[in-house]
This record gives sequence, C-alpha cells and structure tokens, in this order.
Amino acid sequence: MAGWDRNQMAARAAEELEDGMYVNLGIGIPTLVANYVGDKDITLQSENGMLGMGPFPYEGEEDPDLINAGKQTITELSRTSYFDSATSFGMIRGGKIAAAILGAMEVAENGDLANWMIPGKLIKGMGGAMDLVAGVGRVVVVMDHTNKHGESKVLKECTLPLTGRGVVDRIITNLGVLDVVPGGLKIVELADGVTEEEFRAATEATLV
Amino acid sequence: MKKVYPDADAALEGLLFDGMHIAAGGFGLSGIPELLIDALVRSGVKDLTIASNNCGVDGFGLGKLLDTKQIKKMQSSYVGENAEFMRQYLSGELELEFNPQGTLAERMRAGGAGIPGFYTKTGVGTVIAEGKEVKQFGGEDYILEEGIFADLSIVKAWKADDTGNLIFRKTARNFNPPAAMCGKVCVAEVEEIVPRGSIDPDHIHLPGIYVHRIIQGPHEKRIEQRTTRKREEA
Repeated sequence: MAGWDRNQMAARAAEELEDGMYVNLGIGIPTLVANYVGDKDITLQSENGMLGMGPFPYEGEEDPDLINAGKQTITELSRTSYFDSATSFGMIRGGKIAAAILGAMEVAENGDLANWMIPGKLIKGMGGAMDLVAGVGRVVVVMDHTNKHGESKVLKECTLPLTGRGVVDRIITNLGVLDVVPGGLKIVELADGVTEEEFRAATEATLV
Repeated sequence: MKKVYPDADAALEGLLFDGMHIAAGGFGLSGIPELLIDALVRSGVKDLTIASNNCGVDGFGLGKLLDTKQIKKMQSSYVGENAEFMRQYLSGELELEFNPQGTLAERMRAGGAGIPGFYTKTGVGTVIAEGKEVKQFGGEDYILEEGIFADLSIVKAWKADDTGNLIFRKTARNFNPPAAMCGKVCVAEVEEIVPRGSIDPDHIHLPGIYVHRIIQGPHEKRIEQRTTRKREEA
C-alpha cells in the first residue's frame, strides 16, 4: 500500500478548484494546495481580512502589517483587497467564498467535522473554522486517513467536539478520495498503489 | 472637543474601573494596541473582561495583562500561542468564552450598530450552540448570538487626523474597526497623526465619530511567524 504523500494530497485537492473561484485554505497540507493551482485563476482569501493572498516575502521584506490567518508573513498581489474581520466573515457566512480546503482530526460519514479541540489536551480555539464550514459553498477536507496509532479518522461518528454538523462535502486522504452521500461515504478515487480492500480495511465509516 | 492626547496614560485617564469590559483590536500580534495595553498594565485596573480574537503571546500584547493577573475573562476565538493563558485557564484563575472568529467580529459590529442580537448558522450543532436560542429560517437552524457592548475600545490604526478619522494598513485592520465601534468610548493609537484635510475623505476606513481619544506613538510591531522565500525561487 503506497498512497499519496502530503504534496500529492495537496495536488489532488487543487483539482477541486475551478477557474474564477474565491477560496479559503486552512493551515497545514491545505496551505500547500496553493502550489498546485497552475494556470487557474484562483483568488485566495485570508480570513483575517484579505483577498488575493500572495506568497511568502523575500527575506528582509517581511511586513508585520501583512500576515495570513496562520500569523505568517505573506505578500500582496495586484488584485489584493483588504477589509476588516466583520466584512471578512460576512463574505464567508454569506456564501461568497466558493470553497474551503481544511485539515481535520476526524470526519464522520454524515459529514460531521471535528478539527478544533481535544478535551483535556488541546484547548486552542476554533478560530474561523466554524464560520467557514457553516458558510462556504463547498467544504473539502484534506487529512491523513488514519492517526498515528493506525486508527481510522474517517468514522461512523465523531468522538471529538464538532466544528460543524453535516458540513463536509469531500474528503481527500493519503489513501484516496471520498464523497459524503446519503447513507455514508462513496469512494471516488483510490490513491496510487492502494487497493479497494486496503482502503476499506483502513476505514471505519460506512462505505456505500 | 480635543481628541489628541499626549500619551497612552493620559488617554486612558478617567476611563478605567475594576471589572470593566474592554474590546481590543488586533489579530495575532498584528494591529494590536500595544501602547494602550502597556498603559493598562501600569494602571493596575483589574478583573477585566476582554473581547479580543487572541490574547497576545507570553510577555507581549495582551499576554502582559495575563502576567499581572488583571484579566478575569477572555472572549476569544484562538488562544493557542500563550502558555501562561493555558496555565491560568486550566487552574481556574481565568475564564474563557470561546467565540467563532466571525461570530466575535459580528458581535462587536452588531454592538456598535445598536443590534443586541442576531442569528447565525455558525456553531449550530456544536458546543457553541449550548444554551442558545435556536430559530429556523427557511427550514435551517440558526443560533442567537448577542451584540457586544463594551465600556471601552482600544484599537490600533496606521494614521489618524485630529478629528479621529482613521486609516488602517493591510491586514493590521482586522478586528480594529468592529472593536472600535462597540465601545462606549474608543481610544485609538496610531503611527502618525496627520493634518486635518490631508486624508482623502473617500479613503477613510473608520469615521471619527467612533473615535474619542487619539495618541501617536512608536510601535514595536512584533512579527509572530517570520516566513520567507529564497530569491532564487522567483
């Protein structure tokens, strides 16, 4: 069983994006998706108040007034616009952002997403994740199929506190691509070198 | 009425009391009112409830008010950058009200616009919805969130004129406009106070009606995560 590495997962997620889309990318593997959009005309939103996010600055050109939602220094583009946080989440909640590509700790077969809290361990906060999954047109999750103990992160029911209920449309993992459909999850694609048997064995959720 | 004050201590004089509710602008360490936070530390005002997306980092920004234990409660969306925050929260010394980021921004905006409550899809079916009224619109569930009405707003802008008209710079704008709007009194710190008439009225981001006191000062503007690319990659 080979499967995809982080960059291959990001490249596969980039295929979800269509010309002209306004998109929000989460932290981690989703951030890498920007490297694979190719010639497509994609405008990246940073929810701290920017449309048209550019790459990291050259050394010595970092600007403390120009950061992304992960608090990293970035740059602007010729198309860039800035706005306040209420306006930013107005466009998110208002459905103006076509898609969000986000990481996850757990996804359930009904589209429930958990990616913000592990009770007793990780108490950092949801940031903008709850607003994004409630508001954007399409939610694509990119994550490893199993945790470090080899247990499925694609579950019948989430065990962690939810970020959103029934919000996920598509899941891209190192083992393949799944869609949330009535009754469970549907295998859309298997990653390179992964058999359907291996995929099923690594998945707790109901596959239809 | 003269809005320009000589320094942060003078600008906060007569506005502070124990147990007060403060709305602060900033995202991470970008666009935070660092001079006014330092003045709050010096004032010794305590039992503060602070609405701010984050709580600074250890030893900088709102983190300084944690070190001095002046904060009773935070209303925030993300507090992961601060070990002292976690320590005080886990030991029960500090209350925390998590707000989804957009809900926090809209609560401030709503408060400033005289709207005591609004319904949102954000957080439906999660712990955020617990204890909140649920109402259906078009067959979908929404939860009731309340506007924030703060006693004091502290914000950071790039430029101001002496009437309080503000201009922000790049992503340092973030929570500053909604935070400024939701306080009974708003104090703004800026990098430069410019002559009246020198800002094009069409380019003002926040009209001076929301801003009551202004100070100018040197800002450290610390960078939280310095990320760069190499020139040869260009």
